[in-house]
Amino acid sequence: MIDDLITASVLASGIRLATPYLYAAIGETFGQRSGVLNLGVEGVMLMGAFTSLWAVYEVTPAGATSYYGPALLAGVLVALLVGLVMGLATAVINVTLQAQQGISGIGIYLFGLGMSDLLFQKVFGGQVITVNGFPKVDIPILSDLPVLGDIFFRQNLLVYLAFALVPVTWFVLNKTTLGLNIRAVGQNPEAADAMGISVTRVRYFTVTLGGMLASLAGASLSISLVNVFQQNMTAGQGFIAVALVYFGAWRARGVMFGALLFSLVNALQLQVRTKGIDVPDEYASMAPYLLTIIALIFASRRIDQPAALTKPFERGE
Amino acid sequence: MQLNLPQSLRLGRTLDALLPLFAVLLALFIGGLMILLMEANPLDAYQALWDGAFGTKNAVADTLVKATPLLLVGIGICISFRGGVINIGGEGQMIAGGLAAVAIGLKYKEADPTTVIIACLVGSFIAGALWGGIAGVLKAYFNVNEILSTIMLNQIATFSMMYLVRSEFIDPRQKYAAAPIPETERLPRSLDLPRIGGTLDDLYDFLGLSAADANQWGTTLLHNGIVIAFVLAILVYVLLWRTTIGYRIRAVGKNPRASRYAGIKVKRYVVLSLVLSGGFAGLAGGIQLLGVRHRMNAEGGAIAFTGNAGFNGIVAALFGGLHPLGTIPASILFGALLVGGNKLQRSVQVPSALITALIGLVIVFVVASDIFVRRRSRRRVAVAASEVSAETAEVRASP
Amino acid sequence: MKKLALLVSIVLVVAVAVPAFSSVAQAQDKLRVAVVMPSTKSDLAFSQSIIDALLAIQEERGEENFEFVFSENMFVVEDAATALRDYATEGYDLVIAHGSQYGSSLSDIAPDFPDTAFAWGTTVDTFRDQGITNVYAYEARSEEGAFVQGVMAALLSESKVIGIVGPIETGDAKLYVDGFKAGVLWQDPEIEVLVNYIQSFSDLALAAAAAEAMLAEGADVLSGTAQMVPGAVNKAKEVGALWFGTQSNQTSLAPEVVVSSQVYDWTVALNPIIEDVLAGEIMGEAYALTLENGGLLIEFNEDFELDEDVKAAGEEVMQAIIDGDISFEIDEEGVLTVVEAEEG
Repeated sequence: MIDDLITASVLASGIRLATPYLYAAIGETFGQRSGVLNLGVEGVMLMGAFTSLWAVYEVTPAGATSYYGPALLAGVLVALLVGLVMGLATAVINVTLQAQQGISGIGIYLFGLGMSDLLFQKVFGGQVITVNGFPKVDIPILSDLPVLGDIFFRQNLLVYLAFALVPVTWFVLNKTTLGLNIRAVGQNPEAADAMGISVTRVRYFTVTLGGMLASLAGASLSISLVNVFQQNMTAGQGFIAVALVYFGAWRARGVMFGALLFSLVNALQLQVRTKGIDVPDEYASMAPYLLTIIALIFASRRIDQPAALTKPFERGE
Repeated sequence: MQLNLPQSLRLGRTLDALLPLFAVLLALFIGGLMILLMEANPLDAYQALWDGAFGTKNAVADTLVKATPLLLVGIGICISFRGGVINIGGEGQMIAGGLAAVAIGLKYKEADPTTVIIACLVGSFIAGALWGGIAGVLKAYFNVNEILSTIMLNQIATFSMMYLVRSEFIDPRQKYAAAPIPETERLPRSLDLPRIGGTLDDLYDFLGLSAADANQWGTTLLHNGIVIAFVLAILVYVLLWRTTIGYRIRAVGKNPRASRYAGIKVKRYVVLSLVLSGGFAGLAGGIQLLGVRHRMNAEGGAIAFTGNAGFNGIVAALFGGLHPLGTIPASILFGALLVGGNKLQRSVQVPSALITALIGLVIVFVVASDIFVRRRSRRRVAVAASEVSAETAEVRASP
Repeated sequence: MKKLALLVSIVLVVAVAVPAFSSVAQAQDKLRVAVVMPSTKSDLAFSQSIIDALLAIQEERGEENFEFVFSENMFVVEDAATALRDYATEGYDLVIAHGSQYGSSLSDIAPDFPDTAFAWGTTVDTFRDQGITNVYAYEARSEEGAFVQGVMAALLSESKVIGIVGPIETGDAKLYVDGFKAGVLWQDPEIEVLVNYIQSFSDLALAAAAAEAMLAEGADVLSGTAQMVPGAVNKAKEVGALWFGTQSNQTSLAPEVVVSSQVYDWTVALNPIIEDVLAGEIMGEAYALTLENGGLLIEFNEDFELDEDVKAAGEEVMQAIIDGDISFEIDEEGVLTVVEAEEG
């Protein structure tokens, strides 16, 4: 029975589901490592989801029956641009204006939620439009591997990119001066400032990057996973992504494990119900959330959060 | 030696109070542009916003009713944030409270109503406290961050509610309906929280304020939950600033390490913060149930029951400076914004998405304006300090 | 922030002390209708369909005779109650509460406005037993169209595995899913029907994953209901599985694979109500959308090459339902059974 449930298809599905969480959570990791909490990730995701779909729609020639490369590129670029703008705004609010970070995030979330829907209604009149999004790309040779090939190497580009970001993030945070600065600013901004690191500049960078990645997370939903936009289509994924940063103890690898755990359990519970196994629907849906907590209880090490998380920094304080 | 603030600084304090108001106006201005974009008239829109929140007795009643759960969640947030714990589990805790209240109410339908009402409210507080307590224990003893656990627990509570309402608690009538809607039976009317409209009418008569029109407070849905919330806000203020427990909660929030050296059992107070905070959110759920909703419905998920009060309460608390007494006007204002926003949507027929975005803008602008208030107050302290030293110097210099 | 408290308290006292301004109901010749809905009007489903119906009525009767306004996203019941009360106070002739959760509020509000016609959907309860006479009820017998589509799906499926994706097992969604499944099994009891309620109305990614799981099990025909189905439709399109839609015409989502959609035409219920209101007689009756009265329509996708035999079979079943040869009974557990009339 186990191999009925844990099939290659389920695992592949889990990896796909993890993608938006991964983008958003990695973006948030950068921000939190430097001491800034952004609860507004979901709002940026929704803006990214809509604008990228809009771009793909506009650039695709009428009557196209399959994906159109330049359109997809446009979609990604637009998402990054929108994420940049919203990330900058978030940085201004949280870093320069030193707003209370828990609540500014809620404001950004509501703004993104409303604005994305508003634009959707203004541009498409609320008509649900499908686009030809990122196609599956089989990685040569690797995709022919038995079992593993089907699971890992027959995904679309945005999925590969998300997972590729994990080692890149690890490298940046641990092996570069930038990463050192980020961590220093998050642990002890006064000391970092005294050493000549511009706390403001580092935080602006991380928060803006976080915005861009959150926006890309939304795009990974609308132009690769489901190829459509609907009002509030993220349905809480942005908040889960923030939670996953804590799960991953602010490390890229941990965040990836968290995203995968959550999504694989989700894919699994869907499979359980598809197979007709008699479990109350709501319990099955609960499983990813419950298991994430349980996993953290058992895996919990004494990793402290960045000491300066949520505390704004002002020179000469 | 008197410290007389010069005229300019006294004016400054008023300006401080007005700054957030300016922020709101700025947000509304941008909102006005969005309204224009959707081809509606901003002036009509904002007139509707005002009317919807304060225009009639019914509107004011709606605003206060909307503010009640915000206030209750908010005062809980004051406790938790001051205790150094970020509780975003308000939604789940409210649901736990609502479930407890509906369970007690349905089980003891026949008993004396006043007793049952009190039992429901106490039960909802306890349920919310337990739910919050789980996150507290997870944080204190298992090092599971409360942001993660409360976000997850919210969903777990939601799914549990959906399951229970669909199966155990489902309205027996629904079972025979063609297409069963997962909702519980309506609680008996005897368990409705008493309306206070009649009392207000009497007060008006007493003060000679009655207008001759037929619109009385008595016909509004204003229930005594708002009074309960007011009283509790005052009690929490007393708790936080006038009791040892409150002192310790705040100490742990400000500096856990120093508190530990001072002998305070930090872990216990972390759990306590979340327990109390969860309790108030749970109570918010119970009051929503007994005062407004009278049944639980699983169709819309968490937000249909809570109206997002679990999150909005955080906003209200922070607008109120994390002070229970400040949370009172903050939650009324926020309630006004929500109720008025709905009226705006109805009146000028803009998409509700615009209202959502507008509320987001207001939150962002107000929260961003806070820095100017803080800078001004710091400057004030600096000026006052230099005034003190100047006066001292004068006093010393004079024979 | 504390000074804010003082300022606002002053504002509040002023606002409360000012005598209420009451809204004046205008004398008008045109019929004014208001609708309160639990989701957005672009949800591709429940709320969108009632708006479409009202637009159609407005088109037919002319804008100078018929005006309607809407209140959307009223998933919080007391917000909806405020809206309903507001509309009634402002003198709207017909106030539609388009959500089954609005019942309690409506039963409180309707008696206060005996001259206003209210309509409540989807339900059959008009509160007659509580002495209320100005509330109409309307519902959609979605299981009928679902059954027809299920029959066609069974004929079209080659793998003999069919999947249905639903939101929460409630109301209209349950009727559709049960009806569809019954149709499939009625046509071919050997077919394996996979059902998954994903517990969310809005999570498209989850709907997509649910569809994927079914497709991996070999399903080659899918159906589903509610706002999040575009996720599932997209997956079907990817592998060429067929799709049957409901609550709105879903052809545009995937013209290559959508076979047909069950569309709700609420005008069938609304028009008689409007006639009553225009005649000044609020009867408070219950209406249902069925295949027979044209409230439910099966709209075929013109661009899809549907096998003539399959289409004929579908139309035959549709006729049987219309004639009453096939009907549906739902027992206290909510279980749907198909009742076939005796050969006379």
